[in-house]
Amino acid sequence: MTTPQQDTVPFAPAVAEHDARLAAWPATRHWVLAGVLAIALVLPFVFQGFVVFQLTQVMIYGLAILGLNLLTGFSGQFSVGHGAFYGLGAYVTAILMDRYGVAYYWTLPAAGGVCFVVGTLFGLPALRLRGLYLALVTFAAAVALPQLLKFHGLEGWTGGVQGIVVDQPDVPGFLPIDTDQWLYYFTLAVVLVMFAGASSLVKSRTGRAIMAIRDHEIAAAAMGINAPLYKTLTFGVSALFTGVAGALGALAVQFVAPDSFSLFLSLYFLVGLILGGMGSLPGCLFGGLFVLYVPNIAEEVSRGLAGAIYGVIMLLVIFVMPSGAAGFTRLAFAYVSRWRNR
Amino acid sequence: MMLEVNGLEAFYGEQQALFGIGFGLDEGRVRTLLGANGAGKTTVLRALCGMIRTGGDIRFEGKCIAGWATEDIVRLGVAHVPDGRGTFLRVTVEENLQLGAITRRDRVGIAADIEQIYHHFPRLKERRTQQAGLLSGGEQQMLAVGRALMLRPRLMLLDEPSFGLAPLIVEELFAILRQVNRDTGVAMLIVEQNAALALELAEHAYLLETGRIVMDGPSEAIGADEGVRRAYLGY
Amino acid sequence: MQLLLQQVMAGLANGAIYAGMALAVVMIFLAIDHLNFAQGEMATFSAYVAWQLLAWGTPYWVAFVVVVIVSFIGGVAIERILFKPLHHASIFANLVAFFALFSILNSADGYLWDYTIKTFPSPFGTKPLFGSVLIDAHEAGMIVVTAVLLGLLYLFFRGTRLGLAMRAAAANPESARLVGIRVGWMTALGWGIAAAIGAVAGMLIAPVVFLDPNMMFGVLLYGFAGAVLGGLTSPGGAVLGGFAVGIIENLAGTFIPYFGRDLKLTIALLVIVAVLMVRPAGIFGRSVVSRV
Repeated sequence: MTTPQQDTVPFAPAVAEHDARLAAWPATRHWVLAGVLAIALVLPFVFQGFVVFQLTQVMIYGLAILGLNLLTGFSGQFSVGHGAFYGLGAYVTAILMDRYGVAYYWTLPAAGGVCFVVGTLFGLPALRLRGLYLALVTFAAAVALPQLLKFHGLEGWTGGVQGIVVDQPDVPGFLPIDTDQWLYYFTLAVVLVMFAGASSLVKSRTGRAIMAIRDHEIAAAAMGINAPLYKTLTFGVSALFTGVAGALGALAVQFVAPDSFSLFLSLYFLVGLILGGMGSLPGCLFGGLFVLYVPNIAEEVSRGLAGAIYGVIMLLVIFVMPSGAAGFTRLAFAYVSRWRNR
Repeated sequence: MMLEVNGLEAFYGEQQALFGIGFGLDEGRVRTLLGANGAGKTTVLRALCGMIRTGGDIRFEGKCIAGWATEDIVRLGVAHVPDGRGTFLRVTVEENLQLGAITRRDRVGIAADIEQIYHHFPRLKERRTQQAGLLSGGEQQMLAVGRALMLRPRLMLLDEPSFGLAPLIVEELFAILRQVNRDTGVAMLIVEQNAALALELAEHAYLLETGRIVMDGPSEAIGADEGVRRAYLGY
Repeated sequence: MQLLLQQVMAGLANGAIYAGMALAVVMIFLAIDHLNFAQGEMATFSAYVAWQLLAWGTPYWVAFVVVVIVSFIGGVAIERILFKPLHHASIFANLVAFFALFSILNSADGYLWDYTIKTFPSPFGTKPLFGSVLIDAHEAGMIVVTAVLLGLLYLFFRGTRLGLAMRAAAANPESARLVGIRVGWMTALGWGIAAAIGAVAGMLIAPVVFLDPNMMFGVLLYGFAGAVLGGLTSPGGAVLGGFAVGIIENLAGTFIPYFGRDLKLTIALLVIVAVLMVRPAGIFGRSVVSRV
């Protein structure tokens, strides 16, 4: 019988009822997944090198957005700074490969590990802050990273403004595919594993505990859930995912430089997440698609007004799909099943 | 009839909460809506104020107000004291009262009404410059009623005014409501779990069970009914 | 000591800019209960319109007043057209709309007026104030205007019925409707006021940092930081926060030369984060108690 307090903290991330819906149509879902996977495996042979590269990037961005999703969508903590973790992962890869000759596949766990530690450290002060105040801190991180990377005192490590060149991963000798295709399949494998990991995390007891904290922290704590521990670890895990995406990104682009990881990258990730659907795992891929392709489309329509076109497209998408692509799909399915049951 | 409701349905998203309710209220009269938790009492008041999706017919002073925006219904003279009180916690007690009269233009009348409210509720006068969020539950309830009265409403909707209050304070409050009804002729529809008090104040009562009206009659008759006595009056 | 004083004064002068921006930020926060990330771009657009009017020969103060009024109307229009449809959507959907607005305005500025840096006249002139080396007339003018704006806002919000209605609508929209307040129009009004303040800020900042499409980006960052530092619910705190940020930024740049220019922003933000650790709601902000 209580009215929700309107005067309190303004931020309350949207709740995702995705899990309940998933339970409702298991069989169809598995067919769809299998179909999508089959198509994904075939794509590199259908398209040319540059498109394959772009598809690889879509997966990478999707993974980065998944990291952000774990933090904001499932754990309810706001971050406008995930571009920093992406950049951090990318630089770990670049430095390890360039300075220490580490093989590319080992750099992924390294990038993930470093980002996990940094993310967890971030999570600690984040416990004290809510909503907009937390946003400011993550925002500070996003702004600080490019500046730190350019800082002359660290140039020995980071290569300063010029950045570092990264070698493209070699194809294992016995496979009859080119380097772009190899990178695509490598990325696909990593992304599949990580999405599966995220999915099982969300469905697990831990995942439910995290969502309980998001929805009502005081009640969750009263039930014995150690909120600070979960929240901090989620920050770490979220950073890990985005960091691995950054590492893959460095391998794909073969180059890291401070200005590639500006505040705008963080904002693009956030926009991609929202348009894909907060709290939705498949939505992250839609977000990745959006982040990669729409700026290009905007530039083709009008060079001078590219930013404006991008903005207009964003508006159109959000007006039509206020809960993102995932929300829209859910509504469409509900509409169809209601029509069927008339 | 000042308020006429026919075939009222109400929905929270996909869930239907009211299934074709019908009732009415004359000018100056007091009626009560009884029922257990979850029966749909609060939903009825929310539906009347356009706060949720509805179906069916709602008429206030002849006008069909179904589908109207809340603020427009309020401006017709309908004051709603919601469950949870809806106090503006960050402004002062006096500002809360001023907000109640925000749609009125007569400065003199507003000032006089504020004094009248303080006369009914002296505790509010003591705390007039304090932040409303610091008041106790009982004081906030009085403030909520006072704020509603500042509208000079023709109809007052009260949602569980006794909730969470000490018995003595509840009696005080109901006494004031009775007096206000006598002095100003404002009609009242009171939703209550405390059946005894509500039946004392109101002339006519409705009993709501899972979204449907199951009993409808004068308060004495409802109060005398054995089923009601066992379930809602405790004897 | 002389150097310290000089840097503090210079910081205050910059701080006046950030304070004005912080005020607009808090203003919109009080009115609509979230932040408007496109605030800076709206201010830049207003400054460009003013520049255009001046280029066509309009007298300064006429252009000033016209731009403030047009910005007010523009702010109301943006809210009604862009944000009203998203009213029931999540905070995140609104965030996308803010970002879209930012993108559109920034791009439009460059397209309509190109990217060359333009000078913008000051109504106060640039002579040193009363011959002092610490501050010039324009900087003093900015401080005075910010103080006046703050005073007017205070009077509006605390002393008028409309101001009370706006505060109520932002703090508790449902209860506001129950007393008959048209919450949608209150929000639109809040946007209009914030846009007008932004226009004033833009027209006063442009003479100092020169007019280009990204003029307000850094300023908005600092303004936002200042507002958070002072506490998002306190206009006075925001102004003080803005001045504080200006001083911190300047002192950091001068006295920690190792980090120098590159990391000035980072250091300023770090200081603010440190403050937030101690006082999570900002120095003057009211920390909100959550009732279960």
